[in-house]
Amino acid sequence: MLKFILQRVLSMILVVLIVASATFFMMRLLPSGPFAREKELPPQIIKNLEARYHLDDPIWKQYVDYIKNLLRGDLGPSFKYKNRTVNNIINDGFPVSAVLGAVAVFLAVVIGIPLGIWGALRQNGWQDNLVMFVALLGVSVPNFIMAVLLMFVFALGLHVVPAAGWGSFRQVILPAFTLAGYPIAFIARLVRSSMLEVLRQEYITTARAKGLSEPLVIFRHALRNILIPVVTVLGPLIAAVFTGSFVVEKIFAIPGLGRFFVTSINDRDYTTILGVTIFYSALLVFMNFMVDLTYAWLDPRIRYVERKVS
Amino acid sequence: MRKALSLVLIAVFFILVLGGTVSCTGSKGSSQEVTYNLGSEPPAIDPGITIGMPEANIELQVFDGLTRIDDKNVPQPAIAESWTISTDLKTYVFTLRDASWTDGTPVTAYDFEYAWKRVLSPELAAEYASQLYYVSGGEAFNKSIKVGSKYYVQAVDAKGEPLTKKEGDKDVRVPDMKKEIDPSKDVGVRALDAKTLQVDLQSPTVYFLNLTAFPTLMPVCKAVVSENDKWAADVKTYVTNGPFKLVEWSHNEKMVFVKNPTYWDKDKVKLTKITYYMVEDSTTALSMFQSGQLDAASTVPVSELLKLVASGDVKIFPSLATYLYMFNVTKKPFNDVRVRKALTLAINRQQITASITQGGQVPALAMVPYGIADALPGSDFRTVGGSYYKDNDVATAKALLAEAGYPNGKGFPAFTLLYNTSNAHKSIAEAIQQMWNKNLGITCTLKSEEWGVFNDDMAHLNYDVVRRGPTGDYMDPNTFLDMWVTGNGRNRTGYSNKSYDALIAKAMVTVDAKARMATLHAAEKIFMTDMPVLPIYYYTNPMLLSKSIKNFYLSALGFVDWKNVSMEELPKGS
Repeated sequence: MLKFILQRVLSMILVVLIVASATFFMMRLLPSGPFAREKELPPQIIKNLEARYHLDDPIWKQYVDYIKNLLRGDLGPSFKYKNRTVNNIINDGFPVSAVLGAVAVFLAVVIGIPLGIWGALRQNGWQDNLVMFVALLGVSVPNFIMAVLLMFVFALGLHVVPAAGWGSFRQVILPAFTLAGYPIAFIARLVRSSMLEVLRQEYITTARAKGLSEPLVIFRHALRNILIPVVTVLGPLIAAVFTGSFVVEKIFAIPGLGRFFVTSINDRDYTTILGVTIFYSALLVFMNFMVDLTYAWLDPRIRYVERKVS
Repeated sequence: MRKALSLVLIAVFFILVLGGTVSCTGSKGSSQEVTYNLGSEPPAIDPGITIGMPEANIELQVFDGLTRIDDKNVPQPAIAESWTISTDLKTYVFTLRDASWTDGTPVTAYDFEYAWKRVLSPELAAEYASQLYYVSGGEAFNKSIKVGSKYYVQAVDAKGEPLTKKEGDKDVRVPDMKKEIDPSKDVGVRALDAKTLQVDLQSPTVYFLNLTAFPTLMPVCKAVVSENDKWAADVKTYVTNGPFKLVEWSHNEKMVFVKNPTYWDKDKVKLTKITYYMVEDSTTALSMFQSGQLDAASTVPVSELLKLVASGDVKIFPSLATYLYMFNVTKKPFNDVRVRKALTLAINRQQITASITQGGQVPALAMVPYGIADALPGSDFRTVGGSYYKDNDVATAKALLAEAGYPNGKGFPAFTLLYNTSNAHKSIAEAIQQMWNKNLGITCTLKSEEWGVFNDDMAHLNYDVVRRGPTGDYMDPNTFLDMWVTGNGRNRTGYSNKSYDALIAKAMVTVDAKARMATLHAAEKIFMTDMPVLPIYYYTNPMLLSKSIKNFYLSALGFVDWKNVSMEELPKGS
């Protein structure tokens, strides 16, 4: 098992380094640079800025310096936000996105899984139709429409929560529900179809024949198996949700990490582009690893260790 | 059964949506606190290195310069109590009043000298250093090469071209070791003593006292800044001297200011607390305004503009900026002035401002907008200069196009109209494309590009017709005219007219106000005769303002000054 973990960790580092290198060279292909301004800067000032940020070094030297710093955990200064480093930006933004993401994932799991089970157990009944209707809404309504609708009804109309901003518990509710909309729908449908399949299995019929109560059949025998597809999607889902949805954070004015994925490119803020991309890929790679480990726990048939051939 | 359920669910959905149409306005107490949407996170708040408007609107509240612009756009004494100006308008001597920094130490002339030389130093790479090129020796210092702790002019080769050499793989500028620049002697700003500052200008600059109110020329605390280059990154080390003091900064979220107890004019300041939010989405800002979270915002969704003006929530302020299209005069057929004039005359600006932009914008019939004073007190440069053509003059346009060899647009080459991606620019471009087609029989393709790519194409003259929106830096016509001089970095049209260049240079050194304005009018006349650009409208600044804000001031340059603002409790039901 240890060998497996070690191998995976090494390949994870390799993947992140490849992503970093590819991003480094690809972003230089974009025309324009970090010092383009509405009021164009005099050429000498641009030269002074390039000297200050070492952008006048040959490109291979900039790459090597960057990788050296990356291995020490230093993501460099932001070219747009003077006086802030990329590490600062991620340290400030990620906890906010993570809290929002955690609440959204919690809602997705706590609402999506029971909804899916309920629909499967009452297949084709009114409960099932309700679940499918809610799932359809969640999957088809784009999150920016959901956001504005929720803001309109609950903040402007009923005044139960503030319209936007961050800092109080009430300000987490609307954005978390918006962000959880699609995952709830997705997980509900996944759990429902997974459950329907599991309920047809012979071992379920056996359990019922044995005289076990229905809750015991569901939660002790069926649940573990339906969770495998859910766990598969949960890994990338957590990574995506934790690093912030650009749209939701923009609409609710939340100071998370999401905005930097888009704005850093428009600003040609090379270090920030690299920093958030590397951070996201590291998180994604790590979450996938966690997913694989969870499989082994959920399904005893899955093993990562070579079995001795007798 | 299933159908009934669906109907019930749809009904519930609609009830919820309609329930949200009940709106309410927050009630405001008479506390002197205001919340304002700045709109974006500032890249920095060090007045020496910033260039953008949001940063300026922070620095203006926490710093005080030699002068401060009042609500009539006139510079008033601030840290400078009085000043004398030499007859050639090139030497200013400022006498400073007693004022202190937020750390208790006094503001001195040495702080000003230090701050200005710091901005000009090449190693700081200040983006707006050009604001101090008015000071004699400023530009030379900013363009010098630092060797060790000294500065040298760049060497030139036998042909007089600037000299560079290869160091490793880098191109390095070569200093001329015989030509040293000593900032303590060669830059025209000197503290004669703690309360006296002498400034020597490169040439007479009539609007210099407007510039001394500008963030780039504000003082910084020499003792703090010279020791710590991260002084403006942390609220605890951010030492300032203005009406308000920054006490909290949550990045990308908000900033909180309180009244500064050490400010020299603190009795005039009524507000006790200002909160700036950084909400980027204008619709969200509007929702926050309507639910009482925001009192004012500079970001207004265009689609709601007419409604908000009618309800009195939005006030329209003038803005010193011109929305225009530029012609690439180096490319056929735009090298023919008759073609340029025809395209300029064949559009209906009145219709565009009334139906598309809807923000009270003024159709532009010349380059320089309204709002800049002319020589005589109370006069306006634009009013004196008048209009250089008629709006929607289709008949003249058709005649000119025929004269140029394209009667009814026959044979006119297809061309591209380039703009940076935005719904607003797209709507205007579509309207103009249609007007040209209908009135002149010519076709063009619309092309939108992301801002960075767009800016690059404009800089390399990689376009036929391109959209631009130059803004004024200071309240003088020169800010809209000197960019068109041959070879100016901001020209970007390929336009060159030696007579025009001569007039702009002449105005730069003219001391008499009447003569100077006459020269600038003559320059604008040449420019409008040559028509390298197509002015469309003069911008406005719509602001969402709560009715409880009194004495709000937004300058035409976009500066918000909270110093004299107060909040008033509104009677119930308004």
